[in-house]
Amino acid sequence: MSDSGAVLSPAPIAPVPVAEIAPRRSWLEFDWGEIWRYRELLYFLVWRDLKVRYKQTVVGVGWAILQPFMTMVVFTLFFGKLAKIPSNGIPYPIFYYAGLLPWMYFSNAVTSTTSVMVQNQRVITKVYFPRLILPLASVVSGLVDFAISFIVLIGMLVYYRVEPRVGLLLVPALLLLAVATALGTGLWLSALNAVYRDVRYVIPFLMQFWMFASPVVYPSNLVPARWRWLYDLNPMSGVIDGFRWGITGHGEVNGFYLLISCAAVLVLLLGGLVYFHRMEDIFADVV
Amino acid sequence: MSETVIRASGLSKRYRLGSKVRYRALRDTLTDALRAPARLWNRREGGSKPFFWALRDVSFEVQAGEVLGVVGRNGAGKTTLLKVLSRITRPTGGRAQIRGRVGSLLEVGTGFHPELTGRENIQLSAAILGMPRRELVKRFDAIVDFSGVESFLDTQLKHYSSGMQTRLGFAVAAHLDPDILFIDEVLAVGDLEFQRKCLGKMGEVARDGRTVIFVSHHMNQIRSLCSRCLWLDRGSIREEGDTQTVVAAYESAVLSGEAHVADSKKVQLYQWEITGSQGQEDHRIEQHAPACFRFHAFLPKPIVRGVLGIHLDDELGRVIWHLDWSFTNLEAGPCVFHIRFPYLPLRPGPYMWRGAIFDGGEWAELEGLIPPLIMATQPIAYTQANFHSILDLPFEIEAHSTGQPETSEPSGRSSFPAVERP
Repeated sequence: MSDSGAVLSPAPIAPVPVAEIAPRRSWLEFDWGEIWRYRELLYFLVWRDLKVRYKQTVVGVGWAILQPFMTMVVFTLFFGKLAKIPSNGIPYPIFYYAGLLPWMYFSNAVTSTTSVMVQNQRVITKVYFPRLILPLASVVSGLVDFAISFIVLIGMLVYYRVEPRVGLLLVPALLLLAVATALGTGLWLSALNAVYRDVRYVIPFLMQFWMFASPVVYPSNLVPARWRWLYDLNPMSGVIDGFRWGITGHGEVNGFYLLISCAAVLVLLLGGLVYFHRMEDIFADVV
Repeated sequence: MSETVIRASGLSKRYRLGSKVRYRALRDTLTDALRAPARLWNRREGGSKPFFWALRDVSFEVQAGEVLGVVGRNGAGKTTLLKVLSRITRPTGGRAQIRGRVGSLLEVGTGFHPELTGRENIQLSAAILGMPRRELVKRFDAIVDFSGVESFLDTQLKHYSSGMQTRLGFAVAAHLDPDILFIDEVLAVGDLEFQRKCLGKMGEVARDGRTVIFVSHHMNQIRSLCSRCLWLDRGSIREEGDTQTVVAAYESAVLSGEAHVADSKKVQLYQWEITGSQGQEDHRIEQHAPACFRFHAFLPKPIVRGVLGIHLDDELGRVIWHLDWSFTNLEAGPCVFHIRFPYLPLRPGPYMWRGAIFDGGEWAELEGLIPPLIMATQPIAYTQANFHSILDLPFEIEAHSTGQPETSEPSGRSSFPAVERP
């Protein structure tokens, strides 16, 4: 064939996407493939968060280390040395730092996710993308701060001569649990915050309450055994206990309690997804 | 070989009045629930809040490669239509099917972040608008070229002038290259030269066989770009057809000061005219003559303690004169306000009345009353000087040589109207 034939023949094109626009029939219609297609946007939003987070600060990314580290120092002094809260034989700095890492990730992720819909109001009302990308990006970008502060933990372990253990392998799984908890909570709160701005005033209080409902400043074996099932409905208590155990080998991890935590996360996350999804249709109208 | 790429049938979008404008505090929902628990429950069915149909039963088709213009007054549903089609918000009823990659340009610079540099913002905005990364790599230089900000690429966006931000935003959008493009008024920004550049790019896109839906208030843009046109009025299609016919019909409706009672739930000023005049000259006044105006309003319920707010704006949107007049006791239904001026010392040209009625302090939007008020330029021939400044105040001016006191006649004298009659 001549060149003209090649020109005339249709170029291999990707299948033409067809968008159906209609009122939603069911709140359970999820399009996971769409989230996957928008993964590049997820990447860029995380990248933007990281770029912007420490812009125009002197210490810059050092804040990711300073925040948990200074808190650890304060906790060690007041809760440890003064109040003499037991730490199950773990040196106080490690006890508090290992608890603060997952806690601070969770608390920061929930706080930033809550405001994510409102902060991206302009974009939401001007362009379409699966809205779920926004809370996802917010939860993921917190992991970078976590990773940075984790490096300091490794330094502390070396300093206190804590031997590396097999239990460390549990840490990524626990982190995943923390991410799921943050996402589940964040989905609820961000969707609520889009409609009711009261939520942002509740957050500081909620986070404080939640911290004391988790074993951050005290070991969980202070909780009376008959209340443990209730205590472990809070997934963060399983996460933080597991962290301390995985890193130092002190304390214990009870598979049953961890299972309660996992079940609670599942309910929280699925409920959050359905609620967020339901609100997705009206975000642009109400936010 | 045209193929239907957009098929909309019966698209409707309903807003609850109030909920679109301001966000709710939890308190509102709770007090609502306390007042009438059943109401919260029934909210989805009917509820208590007045509803407003931004779109009502809109059906149309767009063929591949067609450039469809959408015209209509403010609040006619044009933007809502684009938002529904670009999936930003879901319709309340009806459905639409769109075949192809969609790019929507409802504003310039979507997703820009002031703390990031120009380069970073190009990447971010492109990602948000749906341009794949490998395509951005290919087009990056073209985007920078088009925007004309290459020397500031690594400067934070917050240090850009607003014109530069606009150019950068449009540059990204112009290189989106989707199959179907929705554009809302974006060409009304930037300096003249840039507007021309954008218009050129738009024409290029249109000639390229891309499908475009284009919303604008600039009839000349619509005329030059669109082959077919849709006239939206109060959420429904009023007329559809080839651009020349529809635009002409729309313009003549606007110019005839067509009554506009969008929804009878709202207090509304909808029409004005000059008292005592007839026909063509209804909205045109002569200088330095008494001017009487009549404003028609519609009151859905009686007003006990009302305020009439009227603005007179010039072409550039500057408020030249305004009035807040308190009045009491008006019956529900149509009513008329008369205003009399001994004369209106305005320069020739178009002006715009904006008016609103406040009921007991409740805030209302000042709506532009169409058509514009024309200060006549005929039959008097004006000198160039008459077009400067805002007011054309009546005046007398004299000049005397004071060196020779015995001269009693002024050496120059002029009085209003300071014009030469032919």
